[in-house]
Amino acid sequence: MSRRVAVAYDQVVAWLKVFAATLAENKGYLTELDSAIGDADHGINMDRGFQAVIGKLDSATPGDIGALFKTVGMTLVSKVGGAGGPLYGTLFLQVGVATAGKDRITPEDWSAALAGAVAGVQARGKAEPGDKTMLDALIPARDAFASALADGADLPAALRRSADAAEEGMRATIPLVARKGRASYLGERSAGHQDPGATSSALLIRTVADTWAGDG
Amino acid sequence: MALPPPPNPIGSEVRMKKLINDPADVVREELQGIEAAHPDLVKVSYDPHFITRADAPVQGKVALVSGGGSGHEPMHGGFVGMGMLDAACPGEVFTSPTPDQMEAATKAVDGGAGVVHIVKNYTGDVMNFEMAADLCRAEGTEVEAVVVDDDVAVQDSLYTAGRRGVGTTVLMEKIAGAAAEQKRPLKEVADICREVDANGRSMGMALTSCTVPSAGKPTFELGDDEMEIGIGIHGEPGRERMKMKPAADVVEMMATAIVDDIPFSKGDQVLAFVNGMGGTPLIELYVVFNELNKFLSGRGITISRNLIGSYITSLEMAGCSITLLKMDDDFTQLWDAPVKTAGLRWGT
Repeated sequence: MSRRVAVAYDQVVAWLKVFAATLAENKGYLTELDSAIGDADHGINMDRGFQAVIGKLDSATPGDIGALFKTVGMTLVSKVGGAGGPLYGTLFLQVGVATAGKDRITPEDWSAALAGAVAGVQARGKAEPGDKTMLDALIPARDAFASALADGADLPAALRRSADAAEEGMRATIPLVARKGRASYLGERSAGHQDPGATSSALLIRTVADTWAGDG
Repeated sequence: MALPPPPNPIGSEVRMKKLINDPADVVREELQGIEAAHPDLVKVSYDPHFITRADAPVQGKVALVSGGGSGHEPMHGGFVGMGMLDAACPGEVFTSPTPDQMEAATKAVDGGAGVVHIVKNYTGDVMNFEMAADLCRAEGTEVEAVVVDDDVAVQDSLYTAGRRGVGTTVLMEKIAGAAAEQKRPLKEVADICREVDANGRSMGMALTSCTVPSAGKPTFELGDDEMEIGIGIHGEPGRERMKMKPAADVVEMMATAIVDDIPFSKGDQVLAFVNGMGGTPLIELYVVFNELNKFLSGRGITISRNLIGSYITSLEMAGCSITLLKMDDDFTQLWDAPVKTAGLRWGT
């Protein structure tokens, strides 16, 4: 029962598969959330994008985690469309920058990856915290992971705290009035609904914890 | 890890009635239909998806590229051809196309005089077109992007994604397309687009929702006696839901919001565009046009040109949108210029 201190290439692949399966499982749920305040396609688009990602996993060169994430990012950019394509594509491209050339991800690498992902999504979507977007799950996930490491937590514990924070952030989008994306056209009527992008982002962070924190 | 099931699982209750084979194949099969129907007008690429005019690239002419989610037909693919668009990139239904489509389409139609991207102001469309323009410029293609944001239903644009691009898009594609056909330079064609956007305003309304094929159930619910004012073109709810009213009242509400916005004033000449959302018959659109004509006459505004029909639709949604564009001599001359596309055709 050794503490896991770094994540290997195979575990990254395993996570991507789990996340794809989770998106497929929650496709209807995400689309349902999106039909309340958006245009009813978020689950469908994310599922289509990650099915395409799964198709690329076997042809990726094993070993380079950064290159793998870049492939994921480019696949999402070209397959998803909508706002989710550029935003999730950018997220994975930035994770790829933070992990370029690495065959293992240390806790510090993942902290940098989350920071890069948030910065990239923010630059592409020009959203601020509290705008009722995926950032409202990602920013708490980044901050909770960093502060857990600073507190001396090991990787599994830090991942779980990060996932809990993302889910809290996701639920906290319910009362918010949207200020970005199609939901913003509803004004006050967007309040009372959970943001679909924050939901898929919380699923992303939760599946990271489930896969990498293991039972360990 | 499954989240709690949605209150109304997709496909569980309402059966969708659509003339399709498989929701996953709708866009590709539509493109095959367009290719089979209009070989004289367009060429179709399938990997990635885009439509170009049959004689593209036209050397020395500025090329116009637009695109957006499918489900708005005839926009944009139906407007590809002489006097209008050089290429259109269809996304999935109601989903922005992707940068690789836009980049490939841009390269396919670039005749050496530069390319204008006409982008409707939706978060996804804007982000994907931005990424595409970056890719094209990196390879030396001159690209000017213009954003259409004419929907007066979106009021508080400081704190939102801004006004949506709706009916004015069709008028911009026609007018700028004519300017490009006259071999006007890139900067001028892009400026004409921006002038059209600055002088055009729209508002839409819905009587019914619509069903995205891959979702299988209506995007929103609207009571039998209700309508939604200020609707967008994706079945996204509008600003206000109210009880049904006669056409005269509905037109007055929409036209007042539009006319007060620019503002249009006495003595102005306008192009009046009464657009069907997909499920409203022409007989009702003419009733709407009649009311609009009366309303504008009362304000001293003259309709010098008109367009009536379903040109920018929202699948099978019932309802309409009204667009007014302030006209000058150049706009009028460009509007009257010949056009030959599947969706609009005159003067040829």
